[in-house]
Amino acid sequence: MSAAAAPLPRRKDLLDIESLAPEEVVQLLDTARPFKELFTRSVKKVPALRGKSVLMLFYEPSTRTKTSFEIAAKRLSADVTNFAVSTSSVVKGESVLDTVETLQAMKVDYIVVRHSSPGVPNLIARHTRASVVNAGDGHHAHPTQALLDAYTLREVLPDLAGRRVLIVGDILHSRVARSTSRCMHKLGMEIGYFGPGTLVPDTRPDFARGFTSFADALAWKPDVVYLLRLQLERMHASFIPSLREYHTVFGVTPARFRQIRDAGIWVMHPGPVNRGVELVDEVMTYERSLINQQVENGIATRMSVLYSLQPVTEARADDEGAGP
Amino acid sequence: MSGPAFRSTPLLDADAVEAGIAGVAEGIRRRHPDGPLAVVGIHTRGVALADRLAQRLADRSPPPDRGALDISLYRDDLDNLGTIPTIRSSDIPFPVDGATIVLCDDVLFTGRTIRAAVDQLIDYGRPACIELAVLVDRGNRELPIAATYTGHTLDTARTDHIAVRFRETDGEDAVVLLRPEEAGS
Repeated sequence: MSAAAAPLPRRKDLLDIESLAPEEVVQLLDTARPFKELFTRSVKKVPALRGKSVLMLFYEPSTRTKTSFEIAAKRLSADVTNFAVSTSSVVKGESVLDTVETLQAMKVDYIVVRHSSPGVPNLIARHTRASVVNAGDGHHAHPTQALLDAYTLREVLPDLAGRRVLIVGDILHSRVARSTSRCMHKLGMEIGYFGPGTLVPDTRPDFARGFTSFADALAWKPDVVYLLRLQLERMHASFIPSLREYHTVFGVTPARFRQIRDAGIWVMHPGPVNRGVELVDEVMTYERSLINQQVENGIATRMSVLYSLQPVTEARADDEGAGP
Repeated sequence: MSGPAFRSTPLLDADAVEAGIAGVAEGIRRRHPDGPLAVVGIHTRGVALADRLAQRLADRSPPPDRGALDISLYRDDLDNLGTIPTIRSSDIPFPVDGATIVLCDDVLFTGRTIRAAVDQLIDYGRPACIELAVLVDRGNRELPIAATYTGHTLDTARTDHIAVRFRETDGEDAVVLLRPEEAGS
């Protein structure tokens, strides 16, 4: 046995960051590293999940997250099936649970869910033996985004304890802000928030510190500035006067970029970037921008998640009386 | 650590371990007097064995390349694991295409680990050949796999637990037989 802590039991589902113990977060991140190393090999695939099936159940449009999960599952040798929600009986009014019952009969091992309503992945998880991974549910959680963010940051700052991250933007609408800030907090980071007054939730977790200007926030000397995407599709005119004003107040303008660069602050963004809104073009080529690494690390982190979860098998369900 | 207590019976002492490694190194040298060669250890104690062999073969021309494999992702029993295995880095820093590779592990038992390691190596490229060096062959194979170089052959029961200890990993060189303490004894 090495000096490592005792191995942790495998959990069935990954629904949010909140329910993970800090050491589980660390283990998921550590397990992602050997997966990333695979990407330099000629064969980028391992047989770890050979014969298993992964179902992609996306009730909301997504290109990046869905593609990332698909590549992750395929590199683990799992079979991937897309459940085309918009063309299925969902439009005929079939409930989520009816759909899940159908899927249960198909004996899938993993279900990756995205839904606009918070809690749908939890509901599905309770009614299936398959392992459920939340790929984003409404404003609630996006745990794999949080893990890939933490993984990316740990590559450049191996010990995150005591480091400071400033999260800027549309916090109210952001499951990323919720999950990522919790995850970074579990790893010992200090969290600052700066966003449109109307958008910073009153329910801001007590571990986070709020700022009322970008200047104050930068004076706090963060190690990382994490820019949230302004979700134009969720925005209504009432929240923000204009995109130009958003950029002036909350965006990384050329002047703020110089400050960030001079202080050597790392920059992150979950993508896709609205150029000229959250940040100016030069940030994309900044040597301390981690935005492209975040995408690559998403695959390795999701491989780690799929590999680490354990669906309830028929045999174990019979033994333990678990399952539906 | 909880769990049953084990009674440990020594099978091989430090001199015997050293002699076994020397025998394996000699076998490799006879079969491959010169030319490129790589020794690849399977984590954890296979890596220690590969390091020892590489030291003994360091005067070959050229000296052997070294590598390490963690076979966790190629195991055939993930479903049965209640805990997440700690995966260490696999490191194959030489081109595998056309290479002559001696795979190293401390104990050869069912052969399943070797099956996984061979599958993994082939995912890095197409070696010219893969051979197998082990310190201890304890029999009880479940797959048609044999070692090319064997330090010691031990007759064991399937339920026995054979532990190889190396200075680098365990502070001493030894091979011991572990059997659960009988209740009340």
